[in-house]
Formats: sequence, structure tokens, C-alpha cells
Amino acid sequence: MLTDTKDKLPPSTGTPAERLAALRDELAGWLPGEALVTRPETLRAYECDGLPAYRRVPGLVALPSTAEEVARILAAARWHRVPVIARGAGTGLSGGALPDPDGLLLSLARLNRILEIDPDNRTARVQPGVRNLAISEAAAPHGLYYAPDPSSQIACSIGGNVAENAGGVHCLKYGLTVNNVVGLRMVTPCGEILTLGSEALDAPGYDLLALLHGSEGMLGVIVEITVRLLPRPESVAVLLAAFDTIPAAAEAVAAIIGAGIVPAGLEMMDNPAIRAAEDFVHAGYPVEAAAIVLVELDGTPEAVDAAAERVAALLREHGSAQVRLARDPDQRARLWAGRKSAFPAVGRISPDYYCMDGTIPRHRLAEVLAEIARLSKDFGLPVANVFHAGDGNLHPLILYDAARDGELEKAERFGARILELCVAVGGTITGEHGVGVEKLDSMCVQFAPAELECFHAVKRAFDPDGLLNPGKAVPTLHRCAELGAMHVHDGRLPHADLPRF
Amino acid sequence: MPCADPPLEALRERVLEAADRAAPLEIVGGGSKRFYGREPQGEPLSTVALTGIVRYQPSELFVTVRAGTPLAQLEATLAAEGQMLAFEPPHFGPGATVGGMVAAGLAGPRRPWTGAVRDHLLGVRVLDGSGRLLHFGGEVMKNVAGYDLFRPMAGALGTLGVLVEVTLKLSPVPACTRTRALPLNPDEARSAMGRLWGGAEPVTATWYDGETLYVRLAGEEPAVARGERRLGGEALPETTTLWRDLREHRLPWFREPGPLWRLSVPPAAPAIRLPGDWGVEWAGAQRWLRSPAEAGAVRHAAAAVGGHATLFRGGARKGEVFHPLDPALLTLHQRLKAVFDPKGIFNPGRLYTQL
Repeated sequence: MLTDTKDKLPPSTGTPAERLAALRDELAGWLPGEALVTRPETLRAYECDGLPAYRRVPGLVALPSTAEEVARILAAARWHRVPVIARGAGTGLSGGALPDPDGLLLSLARLNRILEIDPDNRTARVQPGVRNLAISEAAAPHGLYYAPDPSSQIACSIGGNVAENAGGVHCLKYGLTVNNVVGLRMVTPCGEILTLGSEALDAPGYDLLALLHGSEGMLGVIVEITVRLLPRPESVAVLLAAFDTIPAAAEAVAAIIGAGIVPAGLEMMDNPAIRAAEDFVHAGYPVEAAAIVLVELDGTPEAVDAAAERVAALLREHGSAQVRLARDPDQRARLWAGRKSAFPAVGRISPDYYCMDGTIPRHRLAEVLAEIARLSKDFGLPVANVFHAGDGNLHPLILYDAARDGELEKAERFGARILELCVAVGGTITGEHGVGVEKLDSMCVQFAPAELECFHAVKRAFDPDGLLNPGKAVPTLHRCAELGAMHVHDGRLPHADLPRF
Repeated sequence: MPCADPPLEALRERVLEAADRAAPLEIVGGGSKRFYGREPQGEPLSTVALTGIVRYQPSELFVTVRAGTPLAQLEATLAAEGQMLAFEPPHFGPGATVGGMVAAGLAGPRRPWTGAVRDHLLGVRVLDGSGRLLHFGGEVMKNVAGYDLFRPMAGALGTLGVLVEVTLKLSPVPACTRTRALPLNPDEARSAMGRLWGGAEPVTATWYDGETLYVRLAGEEPAVARGERRLGGEALPETTTLWRDLREHRLPWFREPGPLWRLSVPPAAPAIRLPGDWGVEWAGAQRWLRSPAEAGAVRHAAAAVGGHATLFRGGARKGEVFHPLDPALLTLHQRLKAVFDPKGIFNPGRLYTQL
């Protein structure tokens, strides 16, 4: 069957629903009963991922347990021309795993084994359904850990991390998922299994390993991942500094980087975010401050001591009247508590919030936040800002009430304006959450038609029949034309000097 | 482009004209890495008119630079601000350009601890085989919009397009750098490298020439000093040019005649039994071999321990230089190449016969 279907497909017959039914019958012939979900009430559990504003009940859900089953399912889906949407833990924030009513949702949750920890090479070979944090837990007895730590790391799967090229709070020093994965096994839409990368530090040919990162399940289905592990730092320090103005905080951040220090984490929160967090977890944050900066340093005790002293001095020099230093784990956890609970904290003060994910050049922060504040007034929706200051990744949280007519749409329009702003200052519409279905329109702002054409051509190179997660991540040129969105060239809007925000 | 850019327009015209005739072009920067890969073919297409640093603000930790800019000039500019390219790229000649460095995708002694070229590449502007100027990635570290088509440009040897401009992530130059030399036999050296790879000392390079293991430590002075105490051995003067000479293959070890193989293997891979002289870098992950052994034997031995082998220099360049790809993977490579270079005019055959 596999080899028969490899190259030629029969002409398409039947409606999408008929083709789906044919696939269901075929899979029911060999997949164990519990690995195939067909009952409407169970299908509903998969109707959305971490972006619940978008929901669609999938036509069918398969939960394979092996790479070989995945390969066979993909070959069968291709034969019947049924779209396949891969899903990890369903924690994604951009609707990348939004199902198709005429499609198969391929859950990789049962491929959840850690296959090997190799302490000598400092790698872990795992299946895609393994939770991010579980890798570090399994590596801990060897004094090793896996560095990328998206905020959902307790729940999110490593396969989803690769598909979205997930980040976290330690990207500045340790990179994104792409910088910490050394090898993948992926299944092509034909059902072939390919190996990309290796346990060596590079592999021959084009860097397809990198290309698969952030490809949102559209180029192949990942069935095995080999990640790099790092020695756990011997020593960690966290500093918290309060500032009276946002520009002062931004300058302090620039000064730390300018001094040649690379912190493990470098975060900023604005006043509304500080207040919400303090109300929630009582971390002892200064609620009068316009902004706080959190700095995490790690390394040998000698290196951390030296860097902590320099950072504290820089923070004071740039106007922080209050700098706190935490060395032991409890104190550190307390300083981090407010930041780590910022999203749920904002969730407490508003019926709903919409989390944005733009990246900006760090030196434009003060003006971007001022512009967001202005837009906030225009739209009549409050905003709290949480900022991965080290790498320029901004998370404005737009507060709204979905129960009020038209407010979700208003929040989305506001969000799109923020992303336009990010592109206009030389940044990007998504730093770590991905495009999914959520930011398709904003893609028209960031990329020119020729680049979007390239993305579609690359998609066809990997998936000639267009069956893997169709319609996500890259908008059609038609959609962009209809939208009439302005492509922002070279980080400059036409007539950038006109106040158009 | 919003403004006239004569060097770029000239390149675009050449590309369109060559595409019309389906005439191969050899993309050349400084020509310093012409020895690398399969034999170059085609009419030369020079990028050296595309020069200049476009944007550089040290506290933003990135630089955007035109592809024909001399690498030495870029590095001098960064050094003046206490910054560097953390992947420590080899030049292999005075004329090396930034574009050639990215296209070759080669990294120096620091690579295992800081990442490769592709890990520091944030964005590119590239001229494709249809004359389109495409912009992928950007100037920020976190960017997941669209496929990461910029990263595969690193190491593609110009087969996907002409790099016009690149944006690179920067790192601060460490406050303190010192080198220790430890006389060790090969077994001792292997276990020492294993300990360094798994340990917490601020190691940024290792080199073992068969007799002596050299270790570079860098970072805050107290941390480096502790590392030195723990390592033992002898200190080399801080002015040592060992690491630069290693990076540039100027050490006496590299001057011996004969084909030079590069074996890229998992760091802890066991000793590989092939005749010849071994020089080991990257805590065991990059092993240089000067050997008369047959290509098939070298490739087989590298693959057996989970790695791959490149005929780096001094060998026959008509056959494959890089480790052959699995057929299904090669098909994907051909399709990806066709996206950017449908007429197959850019450096044809430089990477693989079929690309």
C-alpha cells in the first residue's frame, strides 16, 4: 500500500465528507479502537487549541502510538485526499492546531516516551508528545537540562515546540527551540520517514532541520526529536529593579547589554502588569513603579557574583532607587513569581484578555509602549505589557469582555494595529507564538507577495498535494489583496512621518 | 528597492541574463573559499561591489551588512565595540567576505559552545534565480513569522541564490581569555574532552594534536581562574595566536601534504580506526584526518559512529565532496533548489552533483 501510493494518486472522487468516511473505514480496519475517535461528543474535545476564540470540530481524530502508525495514517490520508492537522498538547496560542471539519486531526499525544538520555553527548532522544519539562526532569540525575522553557512548559509538548519554534524567558542566552534541537525524524505526506540533522554538530546538505522549526505542521509530521542538553548552572542570581519611567527602564536594559553582559533572563513589566501580578501573588512588587526589570544571571559562582555586582550598579546608575538581589532558590522564586503569573493575574482583573506576541528592536520600546497606550485610549480597551526585554519580544495583553457585543473584534483590530506597529519599527508579528490562523492577515503586512509565493512554493516542495495543515501560517496572495493591507517595506511604512496610528 | 542601488541592479541584470541562457554562474566574494566544495563552474558573478555596514547599534546585539563587505572589516568594526561573531568564522584568505562566510557556513573553534553560523543568522536579503529580491527573517532574535528560509542559506554554498545582505546576531567579547596546554595521550585526551563537554567550566575551544590538549577558557576573570586551577597543565601566553592559527588552518599540523578530511561526529564518539593523522577539535565533535584512505572507507567510518565526512581540502573535486544524501532527502533538496533557482544557474554542482 505504501509503495503503491507513493507517487501516483487516483483522480479525486467524492465529496470531502465521503473521502473522510472512506479514510475512517480504512483506519478502523487496522488502528486499535481506542486510537480512533469518531463519536461527536469526544471529537468536540479537540475543537480548539490554546486559542479558544477559534473552534472547529474535527471530522476524525487518530491517536497513533508509533512512528510507523503515523506513516501509515499519512499515506492513507493522502490516498483519500483528506487533510491532516497534527496536534501536540494543544497549548499553542495562534490556532495552529485548529481542526478541519473535513479533515483528520492527528494527535501525537501517545508518542510520549523518552527514548534515550545520552549524558556523554548531552542529548536526549524523545518522541514528540513528551512534555517540555519532562525532558529536564529526566535529564536532572545527570546534572543536565533542556534550556528552552516556554511559559506552558508543564503541559506543552516538544513536538509542538519544534512546530512553533517555541521560545521562553531564557532565549537571549540559550536561544530558541531551533538552536537546541540537533535532530528530527519526520514523516513526509507520502508516509516516508526521513532523518534530519544528527547527534554530530552539523549535517550534510541544506539545513532542513532549521527549516522544519516553526513550520507549523505544514511540511511534515515530526515523530522523533533529539535535543541538546546543557549542564545545569552551578549558580543563579535574580535581581529586581524598580523604575519611575519606562524610558529609564529601557535604558537600563540597553546598558546591561551594552556592558557585555548576557543575562539568562531579562524581563520587564509595566505598571498595569505589576499591579495585576501583585494583587494575585503578593510577590512584594513595587506597585507604584512605572516599570520593573528582572535580571537572571547564571554560571559559575565566581562569574555570577561578578556579573551581579556590575548589573546592580548599572541599574542604580540608570535611576532605579530600589534594587533587590536574590541568591537562594526561595528568594529567586519569589521575585519570579509575579512575572510568571502575569498572564493569569491579568486574567483575574478582566473577563478576557488577548495576548499579543510582537518583537521589536529593543531601542524602540519606549515609543512603542507610548503608541500602544495611545491606541488603548482610542479603542477604549486597557493593556498590560509584559516584555522579554533581552530579546525584544513584547506581550501586550489586551483586556476585553467577549460577552460584550463586538468587543472581541475590537480587541483583534487593536491587536492587528499593534503588530503593524511592530513591523513598522523593524520588528515582526510573532516572536514565539506562531502565525496559525490568528495572524494570517498580519503576514500580509510583514511579507511582500514574492516572499509569500516562496513560502507557498516551499510548502509544495514538501507537500505537493497540500494536505498537511492546509490554510495555516501563510496567507494566500488573494487574501492579502482582498485585505488591502499595506506591506511594510524595509521596516518603513509609506509616509512613516504621518501620524497614522 | 525604494532607492536606486546600482550594484544590486547590475547583479540582477546579470542574473536575469544568465537565467535567459540557462548559463551557470559562479558566485564569488573574495574567492578565499574557492577550494571548498566540488569544482566551481560557470561565469564568475562577483559580489564585492555590495559593500557596507547597513545598521549597527551595539546595544541591539545585531549587525546588518552587505554581502560583499570584507569579513576582516566587519570584525574590526565589532571589535572596536567589544563585540564579535560568536561562531568564530574562518577566513581562509585575506579577501573573505561576509556573504561567502554565510554561504560556506563554516564555524571555528568556539562553535560547540556558542552555535554555528545558522544559529547567529537572523535574516537575509537574497536575489533568486528569477531576479527577485527576497527578504527572509529580520533584525530581531525572536521571529517565527513564515518559514525560516534564511537559515538554510548558511552552508548552501550559494546554490539557492545570491546573498545581498545578511543580519547577524552578535556577542560580547569575553572579559578574560586564557589557554592551558596539557600533555596527554589520545585516551587521556578523549576522556578530558568528555569531562569538559559535560562540565560547567567556561570552555570556549579545545584542540588536540595527538600530543597536547589545548583548552581555551573565557568569561569573567574569577570563573576563568577557577577553570585554570581545575584543569592544571601549563598556561600559554595571553598573546597566543594558537586559536586563530587553528581556525585558519595555519598550524604546522595542517601544513602537511595530502587530502584533508573533516569528520563531524557526536562529541563522545569512540576513536575512529582509519589510517592517518588525527587532529581533534570541538570537544571531540570535529575531527580532522589527513589520510590516504579511500573516500568510501572514511564515509563509512564516520557514518558508523553517527556522523558524516567531508573531503575538506586537497582531494579530488569531481566526485562528491560532501557526504552523500539519502535519495528521499536529495529529492527534497532538488525541489527546494528549484523554488529559488528554477534554471539551475547558481553554483551548479558545487554542493552536490545533482544540485
